[in-house]
Amino acid sequence: SLSREDFQRIPELAINPLGDRIINAFFPEGEDQVNFRGFMRTLAHFRPIEDNEKSKDQNGPEPLNSRSNKLHFAFRLYDLDKDDKISRDELLQVLRMMVGVNISDEQLGSIADRTIQEADQDGDSAISFAEFVKVLEKVDVEQKMSIRFLH
Amino acid sequence: WLAGVLGFIVLPSALGISLGISEAYMWVLVKTLEWATIRLQKGVKKPQPQMPQTPTANGIIERDETPMEKEIARLHRADFEFSHIFYFCRKGFEAIVEDEVTQRFSSEELLSWNLLTRTNVNFHYISLRLTVVWVIGVIVRYCFLLPLRFTLAAIGITSMIVGTTVVGQLPNGSVKNYLSEVVHLTCSRILVRALSGTIHYHNKENRPQKGGICVANHTSPIDAIILTNDGCYAMVGQVHGGLMGVIQRATVKACPHVWFERSEIKDRHLVTKRLREHVADKSKLPILIFPEGTCINNTSVMMFKKGSFEIGGTIYPVAIKYDPQFGDAFWNSSKYNIVSYLLRIMTSWAIVCNVWYLPPMVRKEDEDAVQFANRVRSAIARQGGLTELPWDGGLKRAKVKDTFKEEQQKNYSKMLVRNGSIG
Repeated sequence: SLSREDFQRIPELAINPLGDRIINAFFPEGEDQVNFRGFMRTLAHFRPIEDNEKSKDQNGPEPLNSRSNKLHFAFRLYDLDKDDKISRDELLQVLRMMVGVNISDEQLGSIADRTIQEADQDGDSAISFAEFVKVLEKVDVEQKMSIRFLH
Repeated sequence: WLAGVLGFIVLPSALGISLGISEAYMWVLVKTLEWATIRLQKGVKKPQPQMPQTPTANGIIERDETPMEKEIARLHRADFEFSHIFYFCRKGFEAIVEDEVTQRFSSEELLSWNLLTRTNVNFHYISLRLTVVWVIGVIVRYCFLLPLRFTLAAIGITSMIVGTTVVGQLPNGSVKNYLSEVVHLTCSRILVRALSGTIHYHNKENRPQKGGICVANHTSPIDAIILTNDGCYAMVGQVHGGLMGVIQRATVKACPHVWFERSEIKDRHLVTKRLREHVADKSKLPILIFPEGTCINNTSVMMFKKGSFEIGGTIYPVAIKYDPQFGDAFWNSSKYNIVSYLLRIMTSWAIVCNVWYLPPMVRKEDEDAVQFANRVRSAIARQGGLTELPWDGGLKRAKVKDTFKEEQQKNYSKMLVRNGSIG
């Protein structure tokens, strides 16, 4: 099984500003090891959506790589405390990860405020999953969150 | 038995001529391997895909190389959006699935099997004939080739130690240098035969001259033997324990090699000092350096440490490329120690490699050491057909510096500030 250090040894992942959040996504709550199954489950979110699969299994559970589940995965990257809402603080923390020390607190704060304001529909100053989905409805999630294997 | 060995192998190598036995052996080997590959392909019923265009194809996943700017700024609005995270997320996952760096620290995967169990990770039973050939191969390798090579290696190493110690007793002078060269060359040749090495040297006119610095890409300790087979060098390297240490201590008496501790800061200054002295003295043998600092698996050339390029003087680049079909020369020092590594080498089919001597390079007026190092590195990579990576070979053991992450963060911030309406 893998630990967090094993992931950290990949240089291209270690220099990714969101590297720690991505690594965190592999580990279930409170655990420090992930086995192969867990690893594959997380990786499965990035399988490309194939057309012939869409009509196949309407009654079964939704596959991990559906558009909705991909969006949910991205949502969880923002939602640090896993309460199904992205609060202003959480957004600020993630933004801070992405920009490092190059933008001041006030500027970052106003970016966060504006983003929440535009997406927030029920006025609770936090983004729920439904609001998140609405904001991204025009984005080609499938193309951006998929990894294709060459044969 | 011993007489035969002496007659057929040691003597010709001392004199530097070849008997053609190894060429015949190679030919048989190549034919056998081709036959084995065809059997394998027939055995697998479904149609084989076309061989990829180049052996160093793009890897196992499709990569989208659009830079951060294009991808993020392409979105509807130019300031921060939730979707920006997708870029980093995907890059992260691509790195997890297949990254450019960690794969260089383990042996290259072969496209077709070469009848060594160690290179075939998914061994299926294909056909009786193939298994029989494989068993014959094992017998040939372990019962015939291994003792032969072992004897040769023993002869080579002992004569190297004895020879250099004897020569080392002589007072310094041209006689000593000449004898030391003879001893080194002969022992190198014996050792190369001990590995069943077939080396093709190209562009011998560019061979390193006295007073210069020779740099090459590093795949294994064998690199040194391969190069000294064709010329004499003063070697620079890390002190090892055990058998290597004995060899190092013996050879340094005859010829001014420089052996140092990797972690000793004091020694690093000593090395730089020695390099400068060496370059200044035109009568000294060329120094052999591997600027990557560690063994890489021969598919790419990693960052060159700039130390050797700051000295000045003429740099003679050399590109070494092993043919992986006959034996994997890469030493994964975190996985195997030197003895088991040598054992693996001696039970492979052969070591086949190409050595290209590149024209000498000198640092230009407006170049700093790092740019010069990169220029030399590109030349070596291009000649050897290897890819170039800007990563440090030290990443094999150490963590990556935070400065790279900070650079990414800076780039992203620049975009936000430039495009968006801040404040």
